[in-house]
Amino acid sequence: MALFTKTALTSVAALTLLGGTAFAGELVINTDTSDPAPKAAFEALIAGFEAENPDVTVTWNLFDHEGYKTSIRNFLTADAPDVANWYAGNRMLPYVNAGLFEPVNDVWEENGLSESLASAEGSMTIDGKIWGVPYTYYQWGVYYRKDIFAEHGIEAPATWDDFLAAGETLKANGVTPITIGTKYLWTAGGVFDYLNLRTNGYDFHMALTKGEVAWTDDRVRATMANWQTLIDGDFFLENHAAYSWQEALAPMVQGDAAMYVMGNFSVEQFKVAGLDVDTQLGFFQFPVIDPSIPVAEEAPTDTLHIPSGAKNKEDAKKFLAYLARADVQSEVNKTLGQLPVNKNSEVADDVFLQAGAEMLSNTTGGIAQFFDRDAPAEMAKAGMEGFQEFMVKPERLDAILERLEKVRARAY
Amino acid sequence: MNARRKFDQKKIAPWLFLAPGMLMFLIYVIIPVFQSMNISLYDWDGLGEKTFIGMDNYVELFDDEAFYTSLKNNIIWLVLYMLAIPAGLFIALFLNQTVFGIRLYKSLFFFPFVISQVVVGLVFSWFYDPSFGLMNVMLNFFGIDSIAVLADERYVTYGIIAAGLWPQTAYCMILYLTGLNAVDPEQIEAGRLDNAKGWRMLWYVVLPQLKPATFIAIVVTVIGALRSFDLIAIMTAGGPWGSSRVLAFYMYEQAFSEYGFRMGYGAAIAVVLFLIMLVYIAFFLTKMYRDERG
Amino acid sequence: MFPTPIEKSPRSIRLMYNVALPIALIVWLLPLLAVALTSVRPAADLNSGNYWGWPTSFDMIENYTQIFKNTPIGQYILNSFRVTIPTVIFAVALSSMTGFALAIYKFRFNMTIFFIFVAGNFIPFQILMVPVRDFSVNMGIYNTATGLVLFHVAFQTGFCTLFMRNFIKALPYELIEASRVEGVAEWRIYWFVVLPLMKPALAALAVLIFTFIWNDFFWATVLTQGADAQPITAGLHSLNGQWASAWHLVSAGSIIAALPPVAMFFLMQKHFIAGLTLGAVK
Repeated sequence: MALFTKTALTSVAALTLLGGTAFAGELVINTDTSDPAPKAAFEALIAGFEAENPDVTVTWNLFDHEGYKTSIRNFLTADAPDVANWYAGNRMLPYVNAGLFEPVNDVWEENGLSESLASAEGSMTIDGKIWGVPYTYYQWGVYYRKDIFAEHGIEAPATWDDFLAAGETLKANGVTPITIGTKYLWTAGGVFDYLNLRTNGYDFHMALTKGEVAWTDDRVRATMANWQTLIDGDFFLENHAAYSWQEALAPMVQGDAAMYVMGNFSVEQFKVAGLDVDTQLGFFQFPVIDPSIPVAEEAPTDTLHIPSGAKNKEDAKKFLAYLARADVQSEVNKTLGQLPVNKNSEVADDVFLQAGAEMLSNTTGGIAQFFDRDAPAEMAKAGMEGFQEFMVKPERLDAILERLEKVRARAY
Repeated sequence: MNARRKFDQKKIAPWLFLAPGMLMFLIYVIIPVFQSMNISLYDWDGLGEKTFIGMDNYVELFDDEAFYTSLKNNIIWLVLYMLAIPAGLFIALFLNQTVFGIRLYKSLFFFPFVISQVVVGLVFSWFYDPSFGLMNVMLNFFGIDSIAVLADERYVTYGIIAAGLWPQTAYCMILYLTGLNAVDPEQIEAGRLDNAKGWRMLWYVVLPQLKPATFIAIVVTVIGALRSFDLIAIMTAGGPWGSSRVLAFYMYEQAFSEYGFRMGYGAAIAVVLFLIMLVYIAFFLTKMYRDERG
Repeated sequence: MFPTPIEKSPRSIRLMYNVALPIALIVWLLPLLAVALTSVRPAADLNSGNYWGWPTSFDMIENYTQIFKNTPIGQYILNSFRVTIPTVIFAVALSSMTGFALAIYKFRFNMTIFFIFVAGNFIPFQILMVPVRDFSVNMGIYNTATGLVLFHVAFQTGFCTLFMRNFIKALPYELIEASRVEGVAEWRIYWFVVLPLMKPALAALAVLIFTFIWNDFFWATVLTQGADAQPITAGLHSLNGQWASAWHLVSAGSIIAALPPVAMFFLMQKHFIAGLTLGAVK
C-alpha cells in the first residue's frame, strides 16, 4: 500500500522493513515541504540529525503543499507520524483542542528554548502549554519596483502621507500603485492585518482576531476607512478578484504596477517570473499611519509538532531539540531563504532577509502571525471573504461588518 | 427430485447474484446517506468528539446568507441548464443530414462531453481572463471594455453555467441524434401532406416522437445541474466573496476545505440538497414505475 | 434543415450547408482549439503578450517533455489508469450479475431493490462524502487507488444495474426457459447463455464507465491527496496552482488529461453512443 512518498533516507530503512516490527529508533516525519528550497532544507536537516544520532532512522513522508492542509487531519487521527510540520497561532488550535498534539514544555525547559526562541513562545502557547517548536519565519512588508520608483523620483515611503503621495505619482505616470490577486482571499488578509496593526496597534488586532472585540467597533471602521482611501484612490490592480497571487505578479514584472504587500517568499517567485531582483526589486516596511502606535509586524512562523498518537516520542523530542539549536536553524534557513527563530542563529547573506531580520529585531509593537493563523478557521474564512468583497464593493461595508459580527458570535 | 432442486435454486440464485452488488451499494451508498443525516444533528469538527445539538445546524442554515446565495444559484443553474436541451436539439437537427463526412462532424461536435470538467473549467477560466482572454480580446475588438466575468458577482454564475452548457449541450445533441434516427419517415410524409412545415412540423410531428430522448435529456440535465461542483471548484472556488457557490460546493467548503471544519453543518447542507434531489428521484421513479406496468 | 433531406434542397442551400458545417464546428470547438494552439507556444510568447497571434515557434516537444520531466503528471496518468481500469472491470462484472438477477427472476422486493439501485444514481455526492471518507480512513484505504476503486464500483453499480437489467429484460426469455427445461444450473445460464448475448451492453457500459471515472474530480479530491494516488483530474488542479500563469503548460497538461477518454471515444464510438442513449429511443 503506497500511502505516501516514503523517502527512506538511509539503507538502514530496509532493515526496518525486514524486521517487521518497528524498532525503537525509527522516526516518522510528515512534512509539506515539497517546493524545491524547503525540500532541500529538510533533506539536509534530516541527514544532519541522523549523523548525530546514528541509532535513529528517519522515514520522511513528503506531501504536496495544498493537499497537506486537509490530509493532516487524517494522519493525525488515523496514522500519526512522530513529527509533523504545521503553523503557529490559532491555526493549530483545532488540533490542540482535539488532543492531537502533544505538549512539549519539557523540550523547551531542558534546552532553554524560552530564552533562545523567546520571540515565538507566545504564538506556540495555548492554555499555558507549549505545543511545538518554531524553526523558521519570514517578514511581510511592501515589495516594490525600485527602478520604477527611481525613474519617477519616488523615495520608499515611511509614512502614510508619503505612501499616498507615492501612489499618486505612480498613477500620474500610468502605473498602478499596488498589485494584488485576491482570488484565493488570503492576500487581502495581509493588507487588512497591516492596516489594522498600523491604525489600532497589535493589542487591538490580537483582541479582534481572538474574538474579543466586535467587528462593528469604530476602531475596525477606522481601519476600513484607511483601506477605503486606497480603494477610492484606485491604488489596487483592477479585477484583482480574478487573479491568484502568482498571476498578480505579472503586472509588476511587466512594469504596470509597482508595489505588492507580500511575504518574503515572493522574492523567489519574482525571480522565477523574470524580474532582476538585484536591480529591480526593493523592500520597505509598511508605512506608519498613526505615529502614536508602536509599530508591529507580521511574520508567520512555521513549526514542528509531535502528534499525541506518535509511537516514538522520545526520538521525536530529540529531533525537536535538534531543530531548535542555533547552528541548525542557521543552516535550515539559509536553504529555505527565510529567517531563523533562534536569536543566536545567523541570518543568510541576502538583502531581503537582512532587511527583514533588522526590521523584526527592532519591532517593539508585537509580531502577528497572519490573519488566518491568528483568527480561528471559520472567522478567518469569513473575514477574508469580507475583505475581498470590501475591496470591490466598499459601499457594502456595514453589511460586511455585520456579517462578520454574526460569524464572531458563533465561531468563538 | 431434480425439479425440486431447480425450484430451490431459482429461489436462492437471485440473492446470490445480487449479494456482492447490494453489499457494496449498501456500504458505500445507502448507509452513508443515513450516517450523514445523523451527523447533521451534531456539532463536529471531524477531529474530536461529536456534540449532539439536535436541529441547531438546520436552524442556523435557515439564517445563513450563504445558504440562500447557494440555493438561489442552484435554481439559476437548474433553469439555465435546461437551455442545453433546445440547444442540443437544434444542433442535432442541423447535423442530421447525410453529406460527406457527417459522421466525423457529429463526433467532433460531441467532443466537449468526453473531456473532463476540470479541463473545461480551465479552458473557460482562460477564455474569460480579463487581461488576455479570448472573450475580452473579441469584446475589445468591437470597442467594448473587458469584463472580468469570474470576478464579478453579477456575471460569475452565468459565466460558469455557460461553461457547463458546452458539454451538456453536446450530451443532449447526441441523445437527439439517436432519437432522430428512429423518427418514422411515414409520419413525416403524412405531416407533409397535411401541409405541416417548419415549426409546426417540428412541434406536432417530430417532437412527439422524440419524447423518450427529451425525457432522458431532462433527467441527465437536472442531475448535471444539481451536481455542479467541478466547474465551480476549478473556476472560482465559490468566489468572488462566495457569490458563485451552490449547495454542493458550499457543503464541501464547510466540511473539507482549508478552513472548513464543520462536518455537522456540512452534512445538514447535504441533507437539504438530497431532499431537493429526492423530488426528482420521485418523479423519475414514478415515470419508470408506470412504464414497467404499462 | 431536418426533416427535409439536404440532397433534395436547392443547390444553393446545399452549398451553404456545406460551408456552414465547418464554420459551425470551428466556433463550437474554439476554446479547445485555442488550448491546443497554446500548448505548443513558447513561454516567451505568453510573456510578451502574444496570446492569440501566430506562435513565434512551435515548441510542442519542448512543452510536453517539460511537463513530464518537471511534474508528476506521468504518475497522475498512471494513477488514473489504476483507478479507472479496475473500476470498469468490477462495476461491469457486479452489475451484470445484479442486472441478471433483477431481469430474470420474479421474487418479492425485485422492484424495490431495482428502484433503490436506480434512485442511488441521483444521490448528490455530498451526502456520501463525510461518511465515505471516514470509512476509507478507518479501513486504511484513504489515499489509495483501492479506496477510489471500491467507492466508484459501488456507486456505479446503481447506474450499471439499471442498464444491464433493461438490456437483459429485452433478451428473448424463451432462451432461458429452454435452458431450464434442459436442466442447466442457474449460474451456467448466466455464464453460458446470457453473458455471451450481453457483449454489446458490456462494451457500451465499459466505455461509458471509463469516461465517467477518468473524468471524476470530486471523489479524487475527497479520497486522495498528493501525487502517489491522485488521478489526473485532481493532479491537474493542483498543477494549475503551481503553474499560475504558465498557460502553455496548463494547456499541454489539459490536452494530456483529455487524450485517453477522447481516444476511447473514437475507438469505441458506436458502443459509447449506444450506452449513452439507452432509453432515448423506445
